[in-house]
Amino acid sequence: MSRPGLWETLRGIIWRDVLLAIRRRSDVAISVLFLVIVASLFPLGVGPEPAVLRTIAAGVLWVAALLACLLSLGRVFTADYLDGVLEQMLLIPQPLPVLVAGKVFAHWVVSGLPVVLLSPLLGLQFGLEGEALGMLVLSLLLGTPTLSMIGSIGAALVLGVRGSGLLVALLVLPLYVPVLIFGAGAVTSSMAGIGGEANLSLLGACLVLSVFFAPWATASALRIALE
Amino acid sequence: MIPWFGTVAALAIAVGLYIGLLVAPTDFQQGEAYRIIFVHVPAAWMSMFLYVVMAVWAAVGLGLNARLSFMMTQAIAPTGAMFTFLALLTGAMWGKPTWGAWWVWDARLTSELILLFQYAGVMLLRTSIDDQRRADRASGVCALVGVVNIPIIYFSVQWWNTLHQGASVSMTAAPKMATVMLTGMLLMTFGFWMYSLAVILSRARCVILERESLQLWSKPSSVAEVAGVR
Repeated sequence: MSRPGLWETLRGIIWRDVLLAIRRRSDVAISVLFLVIVASLFPLGVGPEPAVLRTIAAGVLWVAALLACLLSLGRVFTADYLDGVLEQMLLIPQPLPVLVAGKVFAHWVVSGLPVVLLSPLLGLQFGLEGEALGMLVLSLLLGTPTLSMIGSIGAALVLGVRGSGLLVALLVLPLYVPVLIFGAGAVTSSMAGIGGEANLSLLGACLVLSVFFAPWATASALRIALE
Repeated sequence: MIPWFGTVAALAIAVGLYIGLLVAPTDFQQGEAYRIIFVHVPAAWMSMFLYVVMAVWAAVGLGLNARLSFMMTQAIAPTGAMFTFLALLTGAMWGKPTWGAWWVWDARLTSELILLFQYAGVMLLRTSIDDQRRADRASGVCALVGVVNIPIIYFSVQWWNTLHQGASVSMTAAPKMATVMLTGMLLMTFGFWMYSLAVILSRARCVILERESLQLWSKPSSVAEVAGVR
């Protein structure tokens, strides 16, 4: 029997995680629903003036996306850690960072992509239109993979630790700040008429850096958790 | 060594404060309020520097699998967090009379606040993992990941248009302040260095004793007992 190559292994890991999520749809639905509810609470709390809502829209939606991502971080490794799949994954004779990147990608498909797809609707709720709405979707499309990447480091570090849900928030949220600033900044500056391209470039840079470094950090954190 | 570092620290800080509070002339723009920089700037330097030192020890520990370097990491974190807090606190105290606000969301302040959270994260991660070896290594990785923030803090005043002023002192250019002020500030920095050394080393000693408390050598009484029996 020939050994599956790197590409097949990667595809297998991604497909397995996506399939698991499809089988347990309610998990995915919960974090998406959370996003919608959080975003809907703000107009109720701040008051329904369209001008106010439009100014806070970018920040609120980005923070909501951040929290939704944080909420789903526990799912990246915990189940596999508990039933021993992760241990087998470490034994696969392929570079672990690549496999980790596959798992993180699957996490993004399951938790980040729905946020991106849903964001135009939420943007409309806040009175964003035209270019700003497009910029919101674009910035989330570039930013949410970064969130998944950085988040996976935290998720791997707190694997099986007591109070891990809150701890991962403390570890990961400070590192999310640049993404939040650039992401919300892209929308705000496109609303101000100066174009959000500069912020989008910075978001892209964050994405490239995190794709390059985060899988290594996550892989070493996983080895520490399972040694 | 610890008492020596402690003494030198006390002396340097005392002289530095004397120069800073009494000798240095009043700034013609900021009045007396500027005197906070004698604490603020050295504390901010130390907060960043100690994080880098902590991360270096973590890297050494992860790379060479050395237990002592993780103990140093553990010993450095609280002092670093203290200096970060001090820098933020004195900054706020200076900001109120000068900028008219305790806090502004500019890049330098925000990134320094994030540094405080990072110190907290590293310390909390360590305490919430029961297995000592895993706690060491996990918080080491955590500390290393956080190093990204240090250049951001350092260059934040150049990269963004911030309310926080640019660097007052640099290695390459002539200092933009009076010699007396510079002397006071450098003395304070030196004092903070010595203080950090003294506190970190004595904390490291406690950490070692705590972790090795099951070993025979760490208990003077048991050593005496063994010696007595023989």
